[in-house]
Amino acid sequence: MIRLANVTRVYSTGGAAVHALAGVSLEIGRGEFVSVMGQSGCGKSTLMNIIGLLDRPTTGEYFVAGKSAAGLSEDARARLRGRAFGFVFQSYNLLPRMTALEQVELPLIYQGVPNRKQRAAEALLRVGLRDRIMHQPTELSGGEQQRVAIARSLVVDPLLLLADEPTGALDSETGAELMKLFTELVEERGLTVVQVTHEPQVAAYAHRIVRMLDGRIIEDAAVDRGGKDPKGSNGDSK
Amino acid sequence: MSLVDAFRLSLRSIFANRLRSGLTSLGLILGVGSVILLIAVGQGTQQEITDRIRGLGTDLIFVEPSAAATTSQTGGFAGPLESTLVQGDALAIAANGIHGVLSVAAHTSIDVQAIAGPNNVGAEIVATSSEYGEVRDLEINSGSFITPLHDEEGPLVAVLGARVAETLYPGNDSVGREIRLSFAGGRLSLGFVVAGVLEEQGGVSEANDQVFIPLSSIASRVRFLFTPTGGLRVSQIDIQTASGADEKQVKEEVSELLLFRHETFEPDFVIQSQDELIGTATAVSNTLSILLGSIGGISLLVGGIGVMNIMLVSVTERTREIGIRRAVGATGTDIVQQFVTEALTLCIFGGLAGIAIGTGISLAMDGRELGGQEMTTVIQPWSIAVAFLVAVAVGLGSGSYPAYRATKVDPIAALRNE
Repeated sequence: MIRLANVTRVYSTGGAAVHALAGVSLEIGRGEFVSVMGQSGCGKSTLMNIIGLLDRPTTGEYFVAGKSAAGLSEDARARLRGRAFGFVFQSYNLLPRMTALEQVELPLIYQGVPNRKQRAAEALLRVGLRDRIMHQPTELSGGEQQRVAIARSLVVDPLLLLADEPTGALDSETGAELMKLFTELVEERGLTVVQVTHEPQVAAYAHRIVRMLDGRIIEDAAVDRGGKDPKGSNGDSK
Repeated sequence: MSLVDAFRLSLRSIFANRLRSGLTSLGLILGVGSVILLIAVGQGTQQEITDRIRGLGTDLIFVEPSAAATTSQTGGFAGPLESTLVQGDALAIAANGIHGVLSVAAHTSIDVQAIAGPNNVGAEIVATSSEYGEVRDLEINSGSFITPLHDEEGPLVAVLGARVAETLYPGNDSVGREIRLSFAGGRLSLGFVVAGVLEEQGGVSEANDQVFIPLSSIASRVRFLFTPTGGLRVSQIDIQTASGADEKQVKEEVSELLLFRHETFEPDFVIQSQDELIGTATAVSNTLSILLGSIGGISLLVGGIGVMNIMLVSVTERTREIGIRRAVGATGTDIVQQFVTEALTLCIFGGLAGIAIGTGISLAMDGRELGGQEMTTVIQPWSIAVAFLVAVAVGLGSGSYPAYRATKVDPIAALRNE
């Protein structure tokens, strides 16, 4: 469904070139749940930004549903981003002083689709926030805020959910609940999820773990389905 | 994103930041309000002056001593005492058979205190002749105006303006009763019999607060009003012309006659028609209007800069918000639209509130006494339109640049921005 072919991304900061991605090739199919792991600065976030059309590769090609993203204008990228990708961030990135329902409605407003309230409410029900629809971010717990963010990314029925350290700000119990939600969405709705994480037990919920180091993929392996419940048993060399 | 959604979004943002939005629009509210109010005051002043001049009568030409000839104007007797015009000038103009001249009335105005029993009122006496009533279109309520017989014999009779009569003899017909007129701060006091009372004059007419006496009545008693050559000084000569008469021709002939009589080549008098007087007054009050309007304009400008300032600050403050919106699919156009709509909405609200306040205060002030002066305000529809359009333009202008800046926000950096 998405494919990166030898993608590099070079930042030039004050004369020094930083190779955030040094030739990454990756293919992710529909309905996959992928964890990307690696140390800070290994290029995980850059990879996510390129997948999410927030950033452009310096060289190499990126294909979404078989089409190259290189030729798209900024506005076309924005529209595709709104329609095909959902984002979940460590810091939730909710807008202040807006109710959960309004937050979730937002992508629909930019798409100009009908039945927005209803669709937004359904998305909130799906993430288990039936009673929190009219609450503002400050009235919600961290886990609830992250669920609002997930509902916001799901409301457009995206091809791909991109989660950047989704559990980073949550306690382990809430984090585990969130991973159960992801698993359900993948299994029941055929959603594709790519998440960046530091935590081995979070990463282990995925079907597949991609490890990165210094802008390259050093390992790309399926998770042993025998140990579906993560107990930290997957020996991890983080 | 549809315009309705953009507007709804901007309303949300405006109401989410009530204090900031309120303070921002306050500048515009005051700006728009003051433009409307100040122009209304300027135009009101103009209308009042014009009405006052029109209220003097119709087809009038005024002859006054020129400013250069009268060195001081300290009120009381000082004005008439230095006048270069004499009663003889008026008689000569009337007798000269100038084509188009209907009647001529010379008059001297003196501030006095009018007293009747326990009541007294400050009034202006107009010492004049019988023609004055006709020239100034004065209507009599009871009794009579100054008659030709009064002109000749100079009895101590007075005709009261409607308000003076009402103050001195409230609810009673004062004809035949006595009043005392106290001149020059009480140094001279004379008793007069009321010969007539004027009808209340409509509009802005000074006649309501005046007392009219025959010029001949004080001529025989106040010797110092005479020039060394025996002319009786007057402060103004009014000439009524036939309607459709050539005013320019009349003015020229009057001027020649007076130059001859005053034995001078340099006019020591000024001749102005009613229209010229209105023209002069209009020019002066237009300058006043422009001045007042400019002051309002400056406050509007300051208000506009305030909006721009806030919008710029809000781009920086809302970097993360912009990033989030970009991430969920907002295009650059959507972001521009949001910021422009927000600024525009603020300015339109500010503009409407300003119109309400400006017109409200203008209406409230109209006809009120302010510092002893009755205010007249005339709200100009064009001033409302201009002020509102400026507010809208300010909205567009002050929204556009910050909006452009907002599209330059890097969504990645914005989203990392904690």
